[in-house]
Amino acid sequence: MGIRERLSGNEAVAYAIKQINPDVMPAFPITPSTEIPQYVAGYIANGEIDTEFIPVESEHSSMSATLGASAAGARALTATSSCGMALMWEELYVAASNRLPVVLALVNRALSGPININCDHSDSMGARDSGWIQIYAENNQEAYDNFLQAYRIAEHKDVRLPVMICQDGFITSHAVENIELIEDDKVKAFVGEYNPENYLLNAEQPMAVGPYATSPYYMETKKGQREAMINAKDVILEVGREFGAMSGRSYGFYEGYQLEDADYVMVIIGSAAGTAKDAVDILRDAGKKVGILKVRVFRPFPAKELALALQNAKAIAIMDRAESFSGEGGPLGTELTTALFHAKSTAKVVNYFYGLGGRDFRVENAEAVFEEIASKDNIEPYQYIGLRQ
Amino acid sequence: MATDISKIHEKSPWQDITPGNQIYGAGTSKDFMTGEWRTQTPVLDAEKCTQCLLCTPVCPDSCIPVKDMKREDFDLEHCKGCGICAKACPFGAISMREGQ
Ligand code: SF4
Ligand code: SF4
Repeated sequence: MGIRERLSGNEAVAYAIKQINPDVMPAFPITPSTEIPQYVAGYIANGEIDTEFIPVESEHSSMSATLGASAAGARALTATSSCGMALMWEELYVAASNRLPVVLALVNRALSGPININCDHSDSMGARDSGWIQIYAENNQEAYDNFLQAYRIAEHKDVRLPVMICQDGFITSHAVENIELIEDDKVKAFVGEYNPENYLLNAEQPMAVGPYATSPYYMETKKGQREAMINAKDVILEVGREFGAMSGRSYGFYEGYQLEDADYVMVIIGSAAGTAKDAVDILRDAGKKVGILKVRVFRPFPAKELALALQNAKAIAIMDRAESFSGEGGPLGTELTTALFHAKSTAKVVNYFYGLGGRDFRVENAEAVFEEIASKDNIEPYQYIGLRQ
Repeated sequence: MATDISKIHEKSPWQDITPGNQIYGAGTSKDFMTGEWRTQTPVLDAEKCTQCLLCTPVCPDSCIPVKDMKREDFDLEHCKGCGICAKACPFGAISMREGQ
């Protein structure tokens, strides 16, 4: 039995960092992720951990220093949100292509503009093609649990890719909820020590990191990255199972809530899944066969697994908390629709944009979505929820 | 384990490219045959060469080896065909021809 506490999402992730005691954390503050480095700096100042904290002048530098530390052989991480991540853009790709197993504690916040500090997924969704593994949390417990699994996935020899642990800005990061923490010794045993085979500070074996690759090499390098991402699927499942054996909370690519026999399914990422579950409870009481598929892992994209989980659905509402400005679907909508097409699904699919820039997503909004996909035949395939018109 | 750089070339399948293009080992550039990038090739006219050795230090790729105070022929496994040596030679002993 773990330790019962009540923590915000930021506190929970900072606590996970304390328990892991990584080697290096460069960071630059940005709302709503600022508290994470702030709490970690407190742990260091109090002598509770010996992580090397590097205060840097920008996020471009925080990610650069994180990568440098990782290449040198350290277990490294940073935290950021929104425009902070945008300033790391170049380094995000460098992290993944150089196969550096760093972790980013991302607190999702809308990207400017208009400037806005509230939650949506435009930051991480914008980085979906950067080569990072992306794992999303519904609440503080999942943010904590996901963080404890991150290095096991990132550092696995068949993977060696950076991992982004995402939680919803303010909704999860600042709301204090009950949480079950795991004992320090169990965490240490689960996460383990980082012993890279090769690292820059190894005088016995010099190495080169990040060499120039001309066009005869670039494409083959990218294919290697793709394979590592595909390999990550088994590792994520294995680590999720092992975590379950230790904590009683197992994790996979997604969570189904009343999904098994559901005719009408909402596919959603992050904290709004909790709201949608309330709507499912209400509608189930009224005899409606509705359910939720909450996507936990967006990169690698578990296309086949999601399509299989949705094979009995008559209608599917795919919820995007980020625009992609194709004039068509959002990131999740587009990718999941592709997956359903390949699986020869005949389900009705509607892609909703919701919660942009922190717009409330309420239980009644979720209920209305279920009502709409269950009752109407010709629905606009792309819609906004709560848009004034 | 050190990377065998001689196994990484323009015909290598993706499986042979190291993760992140990382290279384990030092001084491996001499084993990496970058001369294949060349589109022009320097040619030495030994008759005209006075062994003044002005060409050797200007080569950005160290492709004009010197032995016993005398320059030897070009190291075409690494020469990029930039033509700097031809420009630097005061005796017109180096000409550039098209192709590898
Ligand atoms: S052509 Fe350029 S690379 Fe080749 S030998 Fe001359 S100076 Fe060196
Ligand atoms: S500069 Fe010309 S003459 Fe002098 S050593 Fe080189 S090739 Fe010979």
